[in-house]
Amino acid sequence: MIINHPLLGPRDSQEFTYLGDASLIDRPDWQAEDAVDRFYDYLYERENPAGEHRELWFHEQGDRSWLVVTRNTLTHEITNVELARDVARARGRGK
Amino acid sequence: MHYSGFKVIKEALTGHKGWKPAWRDPEPQDRYDIVIIGGGGHGLATAYYLAKEFGKARIAVLEKGWIGGGNVGRNTTIIRSNYLLDGNEPFYEFSMKLWEGLEQDFNFNAMVSQRGVLNLCHTDAQRDAYRRRANAMRLNGVDSELLDAEGVRKMVPFLNFDSARFPIKGGLLQPRGGTVRHDAVAWGYARGADMRGVDIIQNCEVTGFRIENGKVTGVETSRGFIGAGKVGCAVAGSSGRVMAMAGINRLPIESHVLQAFVTEGLKPVIPGVITYGAGHFYVSQSDKGGLVFGGDIDGYNSYAQRGNLPVVEDVCEGGMSLMPMIGRARLLRMWGGIMDMSMDGSPIIDRTDTDGLYFNGGWCYGGFKATPASGWCFAHLLATDTPHDTAKAYRFDRFRKGLMIDEKGMGAQPNLH
Repeated sequence: MIINHPLLGPRDSQEFTYLGDASLIDRPDWQAEDAVDRFYDYLYERENPAGEHRELWFHEQGDRSWLVVTRNTLTHEITNVELARDVARARGRGK
Repeated sequence: MHYSGFKVIKEALTGHKGWKPAWRDPEPQDRYDIVIIGGGGHGLATAYYLAKEFGKARIAVLEKGWIGGGNVGRNTTIIRSNYLLDGNEPFYEFSMKLWEGLEQDFNFNAMVSQRGVLNLCHTDAQRDAYRRRANAMRLNGVDSELLDAEGVRKMVPFLNFDSARFPIKGGLLQPRGGTVRHDAVAWGYARGADMRGVDIIQNCEVTGFRIENGKVTGVETSRGFIGAGKVGCAVAGSSGRVMAMAGINRLPIESHVLQAFVTEGLKPVIPGVITYGAGHFYVSQSDKGGLVFGGDIDGYNSYAQRGNLPVVEDVCEGGMSLMPMIGRARLLRMWGGIMDMSMDGSPIIDRTDTDGLYFNGGWCYGGFKATPASGWCFAHLLATDTPHDTAKAYRFDRFRKGLMIDEKGMGAQPNLH
């Protein structure tokens, strides 16, 4: 698979390591009333879709940036690649 | 029809005119007491033991393709019970004992061959870990032997012992481990179940569940509605897709692709199963002579039943590093299967929150060796509504309760198990 890195252009997926579902960006608030349930859900439950899947890849042997890759799990076709920091900021995370 | 040596000779002398299909091809009935979704090894074994050991009748197995066309025909056929943790080891040893009596039990030649499984170690720390595992196995009454480098050399002299990077320091041997002909497992269970009245319905895809007041009343299929008192789901890599139809959209499971490989047929060179401790590579030789080997999963969510080149290279590099003699063997076939990787690398055999709906999955890439025990324990759960003694730990709520069975100590990271 070739991942079209937003900053570096097309890179072989071998340069990356894989973390999983991009919902892992949305870490729950540890002070919430229902933090135990939310962390259980965050850590252990997955939607695991057959089809379009947004997922986190880490460019370990490159510029060490985290990417959110939109990929079809039935065909391995990649349709979108974003910097994870942009995605996180758009969700109101960080500075 | 009972198979025997006498029967083979009789048929040989009479032109093989007396053989009959090994199982029927029935039309689905309107209603069954128990419906099993998934005609793979686990589903067929479940139906077989439900009928044979638990005396249940009116059972159907629904398979969307043909039986044995999924992971039971896509694995590397290894059986072993060399686990460390208490939640696992009694279960896999129960499975091993069932393997040992299986062919007599279901009257089918599954070519169970206990040639030994040897895990190699390459560092002192790894040897210590194997010693601990060997002792844990013995505490559970399982055979285990720790070999030193000389012992390994005597057994498999063709390995790359003196590699400067990964010298072989010894190995953990389970002599009772080995291989089984995987297709025959599916066929044997199918035939045994069919003889006891189970309807095996192929080309019948489940397209939905009928759930009334929190209780499952049947399944919608491509061949019409089939009513059911209880429904058991044993669909391996498709667990997420099938359970989503029952309204269970999130599971502690990710689906990943695992590749396997076979070379051209060679003369007998590899006596048992050998696993490399410094990379992920394991190999055995089939009775036809092909070297059957595999390694890690590709590492990203997939339902595609095919993998990519990096893992092919990684597995072959592991093979070359361990046994350079296989470098000239030509690869004949390679394929991928979809694994339901759970969050701790261990399976789930449990009820769901929907009354009458039961789940068997999360087998990661160790489902084949578990086939008999998985079937037995799932049958036990379906028949009695209580978990079998050896499968008590395989519950859905173990993650919430902090009772993970994490053999590899990787945490909630399915692609690392």
